[in-house]
Amino acid sequence: MSTLITDSSRSNYLNAAYGIKSWLLTKDHKRIALLYLVAVSIFFSVGGLFAALIRLELLTPEGDMVQPDIYNRLFTMHGVIMIFFFLIPAIPAVLGNFILPLMVGAKDLAFPRINLASFYVYVVAGILGVWALINGGVDTGWTFYTPYSSMYSNTQVTLVAMAGFIAGFSSIMTAVNFIVTVHRMRAPGLTWFRMPLMVWALYATSIIIMLATPVLAITLVMLMLDHSLHIGIFDPAQGGDPVLFQHLFWFYSHPAVYIMILPAMGVISELVAAFSRKKVFGYTFVVYSSLSIAFLGFLVWGHHLFVSGQSVYAGAVFSILSMLVAIPSAVKVFNWTATLFQGSVSYQTPMLYALGFIGLFTIGGLTGVFLATMGLDTHVHDTYFVVAHFHYVMVGGTIMGYLGGLHYWWPKISGKLYPEFWAKISALLVFVGFNLTFFPQFIVGYLGMPRRYHAYPPEFQVFNVLSTAGASVLGLGYLLPIIYLTWSMRYGKKAPANPWGAVGLEWETASPPPTFNFDDDPVVEHEAYDYHHRPEEPRVA
Amino acid sequence: MPLDFPLFPEAASTMAGQVDAIYLFLVALSAFFSILIAGAVVYCAVRYRRRSDDEIGSNLHGSLLLEIVWSAIPLAIVLVLFFWGAKVFFAQSRPPADAIEYTAIGKQWMWKFQHPDGQREINTLHVPKGQPIVIKAISQDVIHSLYFPAFRVKKDVIPGRYTTVWFEATKTGSFHLFCAEFCGAEHSLMGGQVVVLEPEDYERWLAGGAATAQAPEEAGRQLFDQLACGTCHGEGDGGRGPSLHDIYGEEVRLVDGRTVTIDDQYLRESILTPAEKIVDGYSPLMPTYQGQISEENVFKLITYIKSLSPSPEDAAEANPAENAASAADEATEETL
Repeated sequence: MSTLITDSSRSNYLNAAYGIKSWLLTKDHKRIALLYLVAVSIFFSVGGLFAALIRLELLTPEGDMVQPDIYNRLFTMHGVIMIFFFLIPAIPAVLGNFILPLMVGAKDLAFPRINLASFYVYVVAGILGVWALINGGVDTGWTFYTPYSSMYSNTQVTLVAMAGFIAGFSSIMTAVNFIVTVHRMRAPGLTWFRMPLMVWALYATSIIIMLATPVLAITLVMLMLDHSLHIGIFDPAQGGDPVLFQHLFWFYSHPAVYIMILPAMGVISELVAAFSRKKVFGYTFVVYSSLSIAFLGFLVWGHHLFVSGQSVYAGAVFSILSMLVAIPSAVKVFNWTATLFQGSVSYQTPMLYALGFIGLFTIGGLTGVFLATMGLDTHVHDTYFVVAHFHYVMVGGTIMGYLGGLHYWWPKISGKLYPEFWAKISALLVFVGFNLTFFPQFIVGYLGMPRRYHAYPPEFQVFNVLSTAGASVLGLGYLLPIIYLTWSMRYGKKAPANPWGAVGLEWETASPPPTFNFDDDPVVEHEAYDYHHRPEEPRVA
Repeated sequence: MPLDFPLFPEAASTMAGQVDAIYLFLVALSAFFSILIAGAVVYCAVRYRRRSDDEIGSNLHGSLLLEIVWSAIPLAIVLVLFFWGAKVFFAQSRPPADAIEYTAIGKQWMWKFQHPDGQREINTLHVPKGQPIVIKAISQDVIHSLYFPAFRVKKDVIPGRYTTVWFEATKTGSFHLFCAEFCGAEHSLMGGQVVVLEPEDYERWLAGGAATAQAPEEAGRQLFDQLACGTCHGEGDGGRGPSLHDIYGEEVRLVDGRTVTIDDQYLRESILTPAEKIVDGYSPLMPTYQGQISEENVFKLITYIKSLSPSPEDAAEANPAENAASAADEATEETL
């Protein structure tokens, strides 16, 4: 393994220029990734604060901490912020932005200016969202179901829908950039089936974003018109159809689930390979599983409407298509597990997150099958069972993947090593806290506790107390990395070019990389994760 | 304060056992796969832990046979679950022919129920044990969802269209009734109890309130007269509007060439927005009653109009095959 230490006097993307302007007007994908990192961390903290308040309210059944109106705003803003401003951009815009050009051996993304523009579009959307929040927030749930949102809610529906609408363009800009970069800017020798699985996952995600986000934009425009001008598209009193909104909304928002989880799956493939020092088992099957999840994701939206009065036959079609998503998901889990077999497994923090992900995603995925089974969904639909399920996928999956990836690439991003001891403690707290928070919600959901309840019958209290206790542990687990990662930027030990002894183009350049990523243009001679042809010395001058 | 620690909800309907069976099967299946995967991960992570700093993994990188096996096994399992779940769902969606019809109106933030004999209740519903009950529901404002956890059934209650939910209670007692679709400030308080009584207790309970109750057909007839609907919709053909006798469940042709089955939804539309679907041979003369007639009164009128057509039992005696077919159509129509 390399012991080469980055020479601090050497020019890299962090010290290439100084001053606030050199950051705010940068066209370097790595600096833009850091801008995104700061922004999504702020939104994550705000969304997390709302989650903490929700859990505090639910500690007792009476609904005695805040008024119901406030509670409804809390869970709505928690959902809106976490989904549109954290989960969707987190992995692609932070980790993807940083690592994709490095992984394909490019100097930058195809359109650096569009990349910077995407950040500012995201910021505008975020400011609008915060503005709406300060001006009373929104109380419809992040799903904005009509006609409540369009005709009855007197909260900031139009502003928040506008924020979502604008944020969508930021996603689309990033997606276009990724697609073109992957098609046009791969290093010589980097054929499609030599690409790291992270690149494949980001590519599949970008395709979903490109195709699905415009539908969300159209739907939100209709919602804004209905809310502000009462034109009645979704209002039955004016001949509109309220259930039509649900179809349009989920046509985007179900694929959006895969926009959130596919990049995390890409990260996990990287982590499992790097910390087993072995090629991902069944590489091509993992690639095709990403593509088939991207494709099938467009055909399953109706499983959110089993009890909405949709035709039973339509329900049956959506049920079986949703069931099929289980197969590529299972294929990934089996292949990651098989990658460990005969590997050289080490347990640094990123790997702890990866192993945690495999366990939690398995439960999240399997409980998805519960919900796709129509006769069972009739009972658990809109209960805490659903809440537990999607938090297993979104928090147990996406956030575990994000934190794993952030730790894995942190030496590359910052040029510093994070403190391994604290990182392991934090990973453990996240895993324990997460399960304590969300596992009881499966049980209370099957007991029949509906979601979005401000007050609830007393027999559900014990599960809510467990959840709230878990949430405090989870909160501590999330707080630690914010502290020690920030600390390490200044005080951390200098990182070598390849601290993990991993293969991949990103580890063949300095930590942190120079502005144009590589001193010599890289050439790829082997397949991804080929540890039997691991370069002895990084190509650092 | 003593805390309950229930792990399983009360099962009080004929449907509950079927739903619980799928649930328990899936719990067992999930436990099996989770333990299998977690076991394999832990085993490999320990057995193949890194022993020296420059160690690398083996050159093993795939097996077509394994990929086929671990794709085919989940496929087989989800196919079984699909058919099982669909079977239960179809049973949940199609009330038995002998189900008695109750009505429910959801509004921010209460449930208004009406019994077949006209008895009304708010947020509490008394039902007899051992009798299939179908609730025809509509919302007066936003989308609500009528949810009976102990019966394992739920259906969204939507403004502008009827949906139905049915159950047959198997246990007496008092069980939760919730609104499951977020509907505004007091969403979590929009619920109450469903009280299951022995049939004779139910009769006694009904008799207790019968003084004020009026059968919906009778109330509908009075409203029909009061609104002078009979002026145009006379007994025989030849009126300005079609006759309403012996029409329920029939298919009619519209002026634009479409055909429509006369069901509750169509009758409701024809009262509120009559110009939308005019029966062939008639003109759009009828004024709209949108906003002028409450959902309760629409229910009453429909019940009265239905009473003008022979009851299903009478029709079944006359022509069993045709009736079965039209009942099936009706069930499909209702869920579309």
